[in-house]
Amino acid sequence: MSTTATTTQMPSAGYGAALWRALKSFGLLRESWVGMVGAFLVLFWVMVAILAPLIATFDPNSSIQPFAKPGMVAAKGGTFWLGTDHIGRDILSRIVWGSRTVLIYAPLATISAYTVGILMGLLAGYRRGWVDDVLSRLADIILSFPVLVLYIIIIATIGASGINIIIAITFASSPGIMRIVRGLVLDLRNRDYVAAAQTRGESDWKVMLVEILPNARGPLIVDACLRLGYVIITIGVLGFLGLGLPPPDPDWGGMVNETRQMAMAFPHMTLFPCIAISSLILGFNLLADGLREISLRD
Amino acid sequence: MVTLVIKRIGFMIFTMIIVSLILFLLLETELTGDPAARVLGQFSNEEQRELWREQHGYNQPVMVRYVKWLGNFATGDLGESIRFKGPVADVMLPRLWNTAILGFWTFAIMIPLSLTLGVLSGMREGSMLDRSISVFGILTTSVPEFASAVFFSALFVFGLKWLPGTSSMSGGFEFRQLILPVMVLVVYDFGYVARMTRASMAEVMTSQYIRTAVLKGLPYKSVIVKHALRNALIAPFTVIMLQINWLLSGVIVVEFFFAYKGFGALILEASLNNDIALLEACAMVAVFVAVATQTLADIGYTFLNPRIRFS
Repeated sequence: MSTTATTTQMPSAGYGAALWRALKSFGLLRESWVGMVGAFLVLFWVMVAILAPLIATFDPNSSIQPFAKPGMVAAKGGTFWLGTDHIGRDILSRIVWGSRTVLIYAPLATISAYTVGILMGLLAGYRRGWVDDVLSRLADIILSFPVLVLYIIIIATIGASGINIIIAITFASSPGIMRIVRGLVLDLRNRDYVAAAQTRGESDWKVMLVEILPNARGPLIVDACLRLGYVIITIGVLGFLGLGLPPPDPDWGGMVNETRQMAMAFPHMTLFPCIAISSLILGFNLLADGLREISLRD
Repeated sequence: MVTLVIKRIGFMIFTMIIVSLILFLLLETELTGDPAARVLGQFSNEEQRELWREQHGYNQPVMVRYVKWLGNFATGDLGESIRFKGPVADVMLPRLWNTAILGFWTFAIMIPLSLTLGVLSGMREGSMLDRSISVFGILTTSVPEFASAVFFSALFVFGLKWLPGTSSMSGGFEFRQLILPVMVLVVYDFGYVARMTRASMAEVMTSQYIRTAVLKGLPYKSVIVKHALRNALIAPFTVIMLQINWLLSGVIVVEFFFAYKGFGALILEASLNNDIALLEACAMVAVFVAVATQTLADIGYTFLNPRIRFS
């Protein structure tokens, strides 16, 4: 009984220290200007998403005045800073609200993929044997699909919706995460503290989740940053191909799809959503590069 | 070596069978909704659907249907395309050829470009040139293909009016129409290959034999060309082969954007129109190309790398 009391207390102290270390390593970012630029871009879009109701000057889904050029003044007051689209919706407001869409779905999908991938990777790397064989072969097979073909088939069969996009992304990217986790576990499972926990008689899951996983976090954080950028690309591409979130809610990829036929006469309709999505992805990729640079240093 | 080849090819066949099973379960069974409803549309009534099932043998047990389907597939009978009203093979082959042309030019430009940049930055790790190339690579891989397609069109089609904005080749094959799609694919893909080449080059540069060569007083150029490159280019070979898998994804976006009549656009069209036979065939071909290149990459890597070949 006493062991449970001490172990339930341990993680909370551990998490406090881990959180402190994490904050400190983000503080180290200032040594890498690439990482700083990335962090700035990501923070910028996070702020935009949080403050969306304050920044957006119009309702993102209401049709006000079609084909307005950037900077045009609306008849009923207000300025279309980035113009309006073919059905008269303000593009700035749609980009601002669209940042919410992408910053909700992309982390959700990434977390979901990581949960599945980490569990599979821990199992494969820790248990070894047939579990490892089956999971690894399965991962090989899923990874042998060209990614977008896999997305198209999944979305075509289960339909396009927010939840289904998360399911598709989890299905397609958890095998890659599993491979990374498995590799890390294979390296960590022979450490002394793992042996100590095993001798204490901890259950397998406890050893995997409490002893091994926290020590594998370094490479996983960098990978998560890169993957987040990649998931944003995927959501954008699906929206662009017409397989993304159903209209009318603003989604950057979807905005490009709806207006690309008019790009000749009204380039602002497609250019601005493209700049938005590229800058957010660039933010995550630069941040990942900065974090990796720092983690390699010490 | 021989056992490795046999093992890899065996795994390839195994993968294709599992993939075919997954495709069959997803597209041809009730697991993800009624296939009859998918083909005939949501407004068809139960009587029509029953008739369709009867005609197309959907009332037989799943296992019987799968074996029959796989048998047809293996003997080259890919079924009929609903959308294009003709045999799937006749629809697919010209499209595959078009995509092969697009892929050929993409690789012809991407490989020399990314290898050069990768070697240059890996040669002197941490130098100004190295940092600039790596940040530039991050920049280009951060822009999704559809976004760079928009940017390039804005610049070269609407701004400078140098290039055509679509690549439908409606008036026969024209090389000018191929430039923008190839550019988009190269810009998105080269960063990754360059980065992998850099890593491999940087590793070789720290090895003992390079230090010996430098200390021996050989000119730097000949150290790089004669000693370093040989080993540094083994790893990028695998990476480049695996890029074919990525290219297949990029090709879908680019062909859709520029209205190029290729294989990628065909997959998308098949899925948006619920053309199941066509979608199955396209997916099988795409996976086959991907798995075959992976197998070749593995075998090639072993063949090129004597340290593995002789151990």
